[in-house]
Amino acid sequence: MTAAGNPAFNAAARPLGGGRRLPLTWLGVVPFFIYVGIFLLLPTAIILAGSLIGPDGSISLSNFEGINKPYMYKSFTNSIEISTISAVLGAIFGALLAYAVATGDPKGFLRRSVMSAAGVVAQFGGVTLTFAFVATIGTEGFVYLWLQQHGIEMYPNGVWFFDLPGLTLIYLYFQIPLMVLVFIPALDGIRPQWREATESLGGNAWHYWRYVAGPLLFPSFLGCTLLLFANAFSAYATAAALLTQGGVIAPLQVQALLTSETGSSAPGLAKALALAMVAVVLVVMSLYALLQRRTSQWLR
Amino acid sequence: MSTNGSKLGVEVRLEQLRRVFAGVVALDELSLTLAPGELVALLGPSGCGKTTALRLVAGLDEVTSGKVLFGGTDVTTLGANKRDVGMVFQAYSLFPHMTARQNVAFGLQMRHVDEQARNRRSDEMLELVGLSGYADRFAHQLSGGQQQRVALARALAIQPKVLLLDEPLSALDAKVRGRLRDEIRRVQLEVGITTLFVTHDQEEALAIADRVGVMNKGRLEQLGPPTTIYSRPATPFVAEFVGLTNRMEGEVKGGEVIVRGTRLPLVRPDTPDGTAVALVRPEAVSLASDGDAGGGPLVGTVIAVAFLGATSRVTVDLGDMIVLAQMPTSQAAATPAGSRVSLTLRPDPVLIARDETAAAEA
Amino acid sequence: MSRRRIRLQALRIAIFALAAAFFLVPIGAMFEFSTRGIGVASPRTLSAWAAIPSTPELATAITVSLELALITSLLMLGLLLPTMVWVRLRLPRLNRIVEFICLMPLTVPAIALVVGIKPLYIWISLNFTDSILTLSFAYLILVLPYAYRSLDAGLAAIDLKTLTEAARSLGAGWGTVMLRVVVPNMPAAILNASLLSASLVLGEYTFANLLNYENLQVAIQYVSLVSAGTSIAVAVASLLFAFVLLMILSFAGSRRRRGGRVVPAETPIAPVATVPPSLLAEGS
Repeated sequence: MTAAGNPAFNAAARPLGGGRRLPLTWLGVVPFFIYVGIFLLLPTAIILAGSLIGPDGSISLSNFEGINKPYMYKSFTNSIEISTISAVLGAIFGALLAYAVATGDPKGFLRRSVMSAAGVVAQFGGVTLTFAFVATIGTEGFVYLWLQQHGIEMYPNGVWFFDLPGLTLIYLYFQIPLMVLVFIPALDGIRPQWREATESLGGNAWHYWRYVAGPLLFPSFLGCTLLLFANAFSAYATAAALLTQGGVIAPLQVQALLTSETGSSAPGLAKALALAMVAVVLVVMSLYALLQRRTSQWLR
Repeated sequence: MSTNGSKLGVEVRLEQLRRVFAGVVALDELSLTLAPGELVALLGPSGCGKTTALRLVAGLDEVTSGKVLFGGTDVTTLGANKRDVGMVFQAYSLFPHMTARQNVAFGLQMRHVDEQARNRRSDEMLELVGLSGYADRFAHQLSGGQQQRVALARALAIQPKVLLLDEPLSALDAKVRGRLRDEIRRVQLEVGITTLFVTHDQEEALAIADRVGVMNKGRLEQLGPPTTIYSRPATPFVAEFVGLTNRMEGEVKGGEVIVRGTRLPLVRPDTPDGTAVALVRPEAVSLASDGDAGGGPLVGTVIAVAFLGATSRVTVDLGDMIVLAQMPTSQAAATPAGSRVSLTLRPDPVLIARDETAAAEA
Repeated sequence: MSRRRIRLQALRIAIFALAAAFFLVPIGAMFEFSTRGIGVASPRTLSAWAAIPSTPELATAITVSLELALITSLLMLGLLLPTMVWVRLRLPRLNRIVEFICLMPLTVPAIALVVGIKPLYIWISLNFTDSILTLSFAYLILVLPYAYRSLDAGLAAIDLKTLTEAARSLGAGWGTVMLRVVVPNMPAAILNASLLSASLVLGEYTFANLLNYENLQVAIQYVSLVSAGTSIAVAVASLLFAFVLLMILSFAGSRRRRGGRVVPAETPIAPVATVPPSLLAEGS
């Protein structure tokens, strides 16, 4: 809230009868806070508390020691690896697509269709998305078979599709649209005057991108890449559907602990792992928020 | 027209400039010569072609036909970055990630001037526009008026041949606008640069320019000093666009028009006879208290008196039409709202309104 | 200048073509796959599609997911919209807190949240009901960030304070203000928030799977083990359905947006204070 906005707001609200009945005013937000208290804050607290309660019921960090095992560690590095790769590639391709959209008619059919489609596809994941790729480049897939008929074997060195490289490729399917959605506002904030000013001051296209548009867009680009990282890092359904081997990435470890016998014997471990995931995402998202604030100052 | 003994100014010539966008003529054979150091304002409603003309001079748009010459050199095919023009845009043209100093230095950076020299030069330029203390501020830390000053400094820092101002004041509030307008003129005279100024605000154009060109539908309607534009409009469009006019029905007869019993001379005596609408300036209407004299074609009731400072504008209801009169405030006091008045029309030459405006006259 | 435009257009066309290939081919391939016959040379068949209604798990799951989508959207509107309006009007100090809470689910991965929420659902199913529709409560948390952003944009576009004060001064109660003043003035944002919520619920898998409920996505996976063609057919259909929803939104939203900023047309006759002092001084 801004200092400038509030006094006016309060002063204007008072004639409506707020000042006298302050407790009643607060009643208006009680349902919301009760609700998020139960379904958001309480679960978060359960994760936090549960991760700190050891198998013997005392407060300890022993659950976190459970993470410190090679296969757990590996699942985290795998997660970070595919999240990084899919975020960087998604950001680059998504930024290009966003640029192609932003340079078109802002009210045009093309832009609306692309944005609507991006809205659907960015939320797209799990079984359906996996099917889509299986039907395309799986060993019975349309493109795979078509290439095979033309003498091209897609997997000369073994099928990589059901492993991490395949997962990374599939992630691009929702990463690119997400990038389009979150990066377009920054591109829209670029004013044509800046290019024209650059030109009239003697700069060419290279100068424009090097000194003006590039530096202006970079913080936002970086921020959006971080958002994509968090998005991929949190994704579970697609991996669950595609990967035949369990526990390869962090979310699958969580699943394993939730559903398997070992999990019920160590309830704190799942919570510790969940907390570790939250911590990673929290750090990344805070950086994102920071970069977004910088950008919004420039590109209003 | 004034030439200001400039060091920097070059002659700028626009020869039969024409620009067609997808079959629509945005600019129709504009010819205009700016003397070295002269400030010419192009004035007109939106879509009249004034901005198109400016962008063609800047090289931000390509001509359909015609030529642009700076100091006798044809620059028509040169890109904007090769033309040496300084441009100030309507608003928000400062690079937001650079300080004021970096903005002003940008053009010099493009010209590979070393950093020390360009910082020195930008500080000089910021001083010229009265912003010496603001060199390290970013655009969002400056007011709208300050941003436009920085933009002006940035445009002038590269010592351009021509200064182009594209409605630089229209995004500012009225008070700042007036001050910055005078400031722009001061700087322009000080530097002595040939300047083309585009605006839809007649007050601005008349106040700042050596000559004003009034444009309509892609054509130049009239070009002349501000006084001529205001007091002797060449076409009905100019008369109606510049200043306020009363549209009064009358009868043209033998080089005169009879408006409600008053004979007024015509700017163009060759106007054919018949019913017409005469354009009468509010300053040409004077009022006298009429007591209860009743009738007459020029007798009515004052319905409003608008105080404008030294002058006041009085709105009179004649029963079948509303007439505006403008006079010194001291006189207006004699006819408060509700009083009966009789009108006198001063026999200044008037123009006849036409739906289609006449061809350009210069 | 125009060379630049031509280059830009060529670049745009290339980008769109590549994007279209990457995004449309898999969907087309799904459709192709779902119409394959059994055996190598068998002709195209829609039997996989025809089998959808006769696969009871799928039919149930489709109904259930649609119900979940509807309930979640209504719950979201009933809880979030009044709270946001109220906070804006009467408790602006809470604005940041509400925003923070609404955006919080973005930083808690669903897979992590489900760990914390599972004990809650075990308790609910033991003590109240094990109906799958209780999933809506958790889904509301998942849609909070998107719904909040959408409604926030809608509320920012209207002058909420003035509208409310006007309605209140004319004697309207808070219920009337909400239903007859606020809601009709931001139909696009409300539609947007609802459809985003609905499409998110229709595609949700994590919660349902790990809380042991069978919604559409879970059912699609089960069925795929038996009949890949049918489950792929449902997957295509649900995807296209979500796309149509958002298309409707995009066009309805832009057509029904009203009360936008009106740019006043330039009047040919400018106001009177037009004769600048400098002109008067020069005389004629």
